[in-house]
Amino acid sequence: MSEPLTTQQAIDLYTTMRRIRRFEETVKAHIGKEIVGPAHLYIGEEAVATGVCSNLTHKDYVTSTHRGHGHTLAKGARVDRSLAELYGRTTGYCKGKGGSMHLADFSVGMLGANGVVGGGFNIATGAALAVKQRHGSEVAVCFFGDGASSRGTFHEAVNLAASWKLPVIYVCENNAWASTTRFDDIKNVDYLSERAAGYGIPGVTVDGNDVESVRAASAKLIARARRGEGPSILECKTYRRDGHFITDPQKYRSQEEVEEWKLYNDPIDRFRRKILLEGKVTQADLDAAEQRLDDEFDAALEFAANSPFPKAEDALDDVFSGEVNLYE
Amino acid sequence: MSERIITFGEATREAMLEEMRADERVFVYGEDIAKQGGIFGQFAGMKDEFPERVLDTPISETALVGAGVGAAIAGAKPVIDLHFADFIGIAMDEVLNQMAKAHYMFGGQASMSLVLRAPDGLMKHGAAQHSQSLETWFTNIPGIRVVVPSTPANGKQLLKAAIEDPNPVIYFENKGLFPVKGDVPEDLPPIDISKAEVVRPGADVTLISYGLMLTKALEAAEVAQREHGVSVEVIDLRSITPLDMPTIYDSVKKTGHLVIAHEAIKIGGVGGEIAARVAENHFDYLRGPILRVGARFTPLPFSPVMEDYVLAGVKEILGAVLAAAPADATTKDDAAKAGEAA
Repeated sequence: MSEPLTTQQAIDLYTTMRRIRRFEETVKAHIGKEIVGPAHLYIGEEAVATGVCSNLTHKDYVTSTHRGHGHTLAKGARVDRSLAELYGRTTGYCKGKGGSMHLADFSVGMLGANGVVGGGFNIATGAALAVKQRHGSEVAVCFFGDGASSRGTFHEAVNLAASWKLPVIYVCENNAWASTTRFDDIKNVDYLSERAAGYGIPGVTVDGNDVESVRAASAKLIARARRGEGPSILECKTYRRDGHFITDPQKYRSQEEVEEWKLYNDPIDRFRRKILLEGKVTQADLDAAEQRLDDEFDAALEFAANSPFPKAEDALDDVFSGEVNLYE
Repeated sequence: MSERIITFGEATREAMLEEMRADERVFVYGEDIAKQGGIFGQFAGMKDEFPERVLDTPISETALVGAGVGAAIAGAKPVIDLHFADFIGIAMDEVLNQMAKAHYMFGGQASMSLVLRAPDGLMKHGAAQHSQSLETWFTNIPGIRVVVPSTPANGKQLLKAAIEDPNPVIYFENKGLFPVKGDVPEDLPPIDISKAEVVRPGADVTLISYGLMLTKALEAAEVAQREHGVSVEVIDLRSITPLDMPTIYDSVKKTGHLVIAHEAIKIGGVGGEIAARVAENHFDYLRGPILRVGARFTPLPFSPVMEDYVLAGVKEILGAVLAAAPADATTKDDAAKAGEAA
């Protein structure tokens, strides 16, 4: 099994999960004001991105989903520039062209949130193909939702990666809800990871609300991919605390379901209780971490609010790379 | 330059090999290309020189294009063979929502240097699903270069330029071009991927075409001159995104008459876009209506009789050129000759 966490590792995992949670709460607080348009929150799923990305370096790649804030931050992107992107400012990672659904920081290997459900499968596979072509040791991780597992891209990408033994790990965030439809109603296997057998690759299911389980399981699959042994599927069973999108009225599920999760299954509460009980960290350690996040978010909010909007005609930049005159 | 006659397929193979030798980031994959050598033999033997960089894939168009996007983002320069352009619809989301958008929506962070090789146009008697010219679709999607070679020489030049370009390029190579032979000198110079070329100078009518249809346009121009005394200036577009409008405007300013001919369906085609831009920006150059030649608005039927009827050829192009030509073209030409003689 994997090594027990050090105090510093425990604080880092806790801080990352809290950073993601606080980012999403910040988005909620500013939606309809500085932040416009659709946003899909990652609250409840923090342990998945945090656990997996704790095994990656900035040279490794991840692809994300429409619910991408958590992956972006877990991979190491900054809060201020992420927030500035959601504010539609020039200092955002995508200069205001992407917004929530296309948040990306290529400098840390985060290859983009994606507005197409299942859009990341092939991109992660291709990034892994590029790694294999250059005989690199990096891996690609494709985060995808349970809903996306029904897309044809899932099959085509996993089949190609398995055939070519590409260094890619497909991480399913099974949050129980495919948009507004209960995932159990639209599948015919108990565990999504069972599908791995059809491709002759390993498939593992873990408690996705336990950051240590996610970290340990993904570490093995990532190490395997780095050794050139090919792709795998990791299903992390988690829960989407909020709606599909930020203003989703959620008429399709009961409030009791959500309340039960809050009591027993919030991944951050679970991890906090565990590491305090184990004596791995003190309450003072966690308070200090929270204080650092206070400062980080105060500065980020100021940065985003004070950043300039793009000029309207900046819309025409970056359609092509380099000068291409269209002679309209 | 000494003459060197090779086929279009061989010319593209040379382009691939030269680019792969020059840049180790370039690799190519597709269905039936490594061992079988490609459906038109255009990849024959390439695996011998680059065993790890010429790859056979599953029949999986969505994965091929989507993985190309990921590979390009991660710094590689993939060339993807689509077998037949007719199957690009299978991968359309990857083309439309990933490949075309990645550079833009991530604010310029994504490198997206990849080439889709898309054999299009008529496969004789292949019927509705194997004979389409779909290039026009992609001219309406910002972020994709669309190029269409017409000869072995510019096929090689355009493919090299496409691989070297930092943008996604769809390279629509007509299925009928692969066996076509032409002069491809050893010391072929590089070309500007965005530029059209005046391939036949003329005075009375501007005739614009691209791809394999260009051969028919040149034939029609020759007949127009020889049998009707109409002097036709022929422009090979080579790139349809972007369109080289300055070259077109210069020609129309001189001739005042314009015909656009393509194998693709006439309705909603490149011809319509060119006609609109000329009319919008240089209506004053025009001394007659702009005419378009293209396929009829129907899927391609199997039976040869109907197949010929649906596609436009030399006869239709010549008809349009003569209809567009000024009434005095013949006499003007004769007068010019008389002037020379005097």
